[in-house]
Amino acid sequence: MAFIPHTPADVEAMLATIGVASIEQLFDEIPASLRVKSLDGVPVGLNEMQIGRLMSERARADGRPLCFIGAGAYEHHIPAAVWALTTRGEFYSAYTPYQAEASQGTLQLIYEYQTMMASLTGMEVSNASLYDGASAVAEASLMAVRANRKSKSRLILVPRTVNPQYRRVAVATAGNQGLRFEDVPYATDGGVTPLDALKKYEAEDITALVIQQPNFFGQLEDVDALTDWAHAKGIFVIAVVNPTSLALLKPPGEWGTSGKGADIVVGDGQPLGVPLSSGGPYFGFMTTRMEYVRQMPGRIVGRTVDLSGREGFTLTLQAREQHIRRAKATSNICTNQGLLVTAATIYMSLMGPVGLERTAAASHASTKDLVAALTAVKGVRRAFAGPFFHEAVLLFDRPVAPVLTSLGKRGILGGLDLSEHYPELGYALLVCATETKTKSDIDSYVTALAEAVQAVRAA
Amino acid sequence: MMRTHDKANEKLIFEYSHPGRGATDQWPQPLPATASADLPQHLRRTKPPLLPEVGELEAVRHFTRLSQLNFSIDTHFYPLGSCTMKYNPKACNQYAMLPEFLGRHPLAPESHGQGFLACMYELQEMLKEVTGMQGVALSPMAGAHGEFAGVAMIRAYHRSRGDLARNEIIVPEAAHGTNPATATMCGCIVREIPVNEEGDIELDALKAAVGPNTAGIMLTNPSTLGVFERRIEEVARIVHNAGGLLYYDGANLNAILGKVRPGDMGFDVIHMNLHKTFSTPHGGGGPGAGAVGVSARLRPFLPIPIVGLEEGNRYRWLAEKDLPQSIGRLSGFMGNAGVLLRAYIYMRMLGREGMSQVGEYATLNANYLLARLKQAGFDAAYPSRRASHEFIITLKRQARELDVTTMDFAKRLLDHGIHAPTTYFPLLVPECLLIEPTETEGKDVLDTFVAAMTQILEEAEQEPERVTSAPHTMPVRRLDDVRAAKQLDLRWKPTA
Amino acid sequence: MSNVPPDLQYTKTHEWVRTLPDGTVEIGITDHAQHALGDLVFVEVPEGGRTVALGEPCAVVESVKAASDVYSPVAGEITLGNPLLATEPEAVNNDPYGKGWLMRLAPTKGAASAELMAANDYLKLLQTEGG
Repeated sequence: MAFIPHTPADVEAMLATIGVASIEQLFDEIPASLRVKSLDGVPVGLNEMQIGRLMSERARADGRPLCFIGAGAYEHHIPAAVWALTTRGEFYSAYTPYQAEASQGTLQLIYEYQTMMASLTGMEVSNASLYDGASAVAEASLMAVRANRKSKSRLILVPRTVNPQYRRVAVATAGNQGLRFEDVPYATDGGVTPLDALKKYEAEDITALVIQQPNFFGQLEDVDALTDWAHAKGIFVIAVVNPTSLALLKPPGEWGTSGKGADIVVGDGQPLGVPLSSGGPYFGFMTTRMEYVRQMPGRIVGRTVDLSGREGFTLTLQAREQHIRRAKATSNICTNQGLLVTAATIYMSLMGPVGLERTAAASHASTKDLVAALTAVKGVRRAFAGPFFHEAVLLFDRPVAPVLTSLGKRGILGGLDLSEHYPELGYALLVCATETKTKSDIDSYVTALAEAVQAVRAA
Repeated sequence: MMRTHDKANEKLIFEYSHPGRGATDQWPQPLPATASADLPQHLRRTKPPLLPEVGELEAVRHFTRLSQLNFSIDTHFYPLGSCTMKYNPKACNQYAMLPEFLGRHPLAPESHGQGFLACMYELQEMLKEVTGMQGVALSPMAGAHGEFAGVAMIRAYHRSRGDLARNEIIVPEAAHGTNPATATMCGCIVREIPVNEEGDIELDALKAAVGPNTAGIMLTNPSTLGVFERRIEEVARIVHNAGGLLYYDGANLNAILGKVRPGDMGFDVIHMNLHKTFSTPHGGGGPGAGAVGVSARLRPFLPIPIVGLEEGNRYRWLAEKDLPQSIGRLSGFMGNAGVLLRAYIYMRMLGREGMSQVGEYATLNANYLLARLKQAGFDAAYPSRRASHEFIITLKRQARELDVTTMDFAKRLLDHGIHAPTTYFPLLVPECLLIEPTETEGKDVLDTFVAAMTQILEEAEQEPERVTSAPHTMPVRRLDDVRAAKQLDLRWKPTA
Repeated sequence: MSNVPPDLQYTKTHEWVRTLPDGTVEIGITDHAQHALGDLVFVEVPEGGRTVALGEPCAVVESVKAASDVYSPVAGEITLGNPLLATEPEAVNNDPYGKGWLMRLAPTKGAASAELMAANDYLKLLQTEGG
């Protein structure tokens, strides 16, 4: 029996203690009409050898193409120690740290994580993580509604340069609580959000403005101007950032010229030691200022002392959470992404400030090399002028989809076709290269691209 | 037993920092400053972030030692009611972490993902079969997230039929806190109804509560009280007749896996906790996965994306164009894929015969523990009922007579190397312990638990101070929660 | 046995009301309520100038185990939220009818008020609740 240790002798002794003749008798309170007859739709069980073989075959079928896609999930080198430690049973199979005395490992680790994320984002306090970057934007919007007492509109401005999936998730998650999300257009020359586009909101009550940096196109927004505009009107700034980029770019806590910085910072922590893994599990991070800490959803770990005066860690501010406030909770969130936070904390410890900066710099350099090499191919050019970081949009003179299919056959995933989300750009491709891509990888892409464009007629 | 590790020795990682140290093997080669000169000055970071500067060995030692301060299923018994702390098979981890699965980008085309998609599709199918539902979506990233999806689908269904007045969700007073919180998040009003002394819903109260404003009812069966809602078919009739839908909170699915199916009980929408019933790791607090299942009439509203099977045995994602009435995307990509792979592997290893063994042995273990604890002098909250996969012991009498609370028992159990059961939930039963052994524990472990409880009871009678000031052998003693909340210390700050 | 001063009025939801000589009222939570909550770690009181309706949640009291809304037993305009509680939430535990007052309010003339009980009726309520 899979993972069930009972012998017939055990069962006999246990039934005798209970005072029943069979295990079936323990189900006698359940109406017979409800009992399952058979589960033919589930295949017969496999032993470990068999499932291992099946999974290996399926993995082989998917292979390991060379990947130049970013768009919210980034391939970085993950040091071997990260998952060797994270998959230790004591981390992997530990429960939520509600019994603090039995969970000091996890709790201290989260406290260290909170310290790192607060500093990385330039803010005062961090929670213990949320599900992912997209849902973190939804939670930040709900938090802005709670915390921004001056605004009643529940209107959140979302530039079109913010990750389109993040906007969809925010609408699906927070739309039911009366929040409205409105698009703000971008300027086609620079691929960033111009102040002009915000002019129409001058007299309106807006609760929050979301600013993504780098934005979904990889372009760098004028975060200071946007932040100043928002703060002058009492609008909360929700910053959405890539954590690796923060080793080189000014953190949201320092955005704007007034010294206040963004109000809430979120993003996806996947680049910090979490593998791509077809999209999850990742983790969302959220940081803010101390004045809003009670409005922040999710778990938080605090340091305190025990009965002997010895230092220890515990979950705190739990009264805000679902298991106590029930219908009045700040959110219905019951969990964080503990295992991924563990990996990220170990990753950040191994990389340190220097390693993270070098990773960011190498990724930026790699992308610039990629863009230079690809735009040297006839019919390929950059979509936007202006500075970008580790992602860029390229325009083609022919439809992108067949080019990508052709590249795929040559073992290269060339980027993300933007025609679904940004049809107005034309034949646009979002490409990304991180520190994992060598010059020879980029050469392979260029060679394959040259072959692919020959195969696909120009538009 | 716990490794006796002196907690005072384990500093914060920052306190091991030495400027200039690092895991240099892990770093890319340095580039000249000019390499980033194209980044405008006013957008650049000026001071490095506060990250540790330690070598690889220092980091490894620190985090290894931290791990040793934890309880975990791999080291300790966790009879946590409603959490299903069963063994996390190593094979699930190993095969979910094959490099091709780990390295696959979420936006990689379907042509480079048929292996992965086959696993996801088959997982959808198996979950449908074991729950008796007609549609499954895998993207919600936790139980509470699945609940949100479920209630959102109920609202979407009513709206699609022009039934706009239905905004009330009925919840039994014993429900888990996520249930009313979820209802509110979906813009609904919560109506609580009582349960009777036997643990069943008060049918009269239910009849009075349903009406034209009823969107639905959220239930767990077996309930959070550890007992099977015997008149569930009647409950379903009452709610359906009033035009409402039934939502099943799958937290207790382990009790009935392979024995009863929520779909057969009349539920219209369910969420499953893959990190409970399907043994994916708890990870110190996540990641979970809260897959949802629906009856045919709710299929159009499923959160996207879901995996579809085309002619020629090709798998593809079904998204906005395929499900235009979907409640939308709840995740940046497709949910916690790695967790889903682990659940898939687990279900394939169990197979059809293994499913019912889970329900049977989880129930056997719970009833055995209940019988032995009753014999040892403990009071069951519902003594006349069978335990499902869990049951409640109330320490109300001991609290009154000996001034020793459930919290004290829980802390003293830690000294015995056993994680406390769930305490003070459900709120309905005073001074309660909700105990769920799961099917992966052997009789000997259960007997050890009974011995520990018995010993603590004796101690409570003879030397109560030992119990009320427990734990004594853990890395820390009881922590000052009040101070933690009043003097907020939520991050380390360097002293100079 | 909890303390129930005879000169105050009480609500079913464990608030007390004291009428001040100038016609304004002072509002807080009872000894029973503070005991049930446990040590308070945080109290949020409304700002002066805010208008509250009868029964409107206008303050939050938070302990380690619970966070509770406080409902205004009277409609009117808040004149002052107790400034002490920002730094000393425990004043509500230690002196719930004195230094631990939550807010002062100028009642709207002619507005309906909640069913305010006299002290002995509130005592009876506590007895039936098992407090």
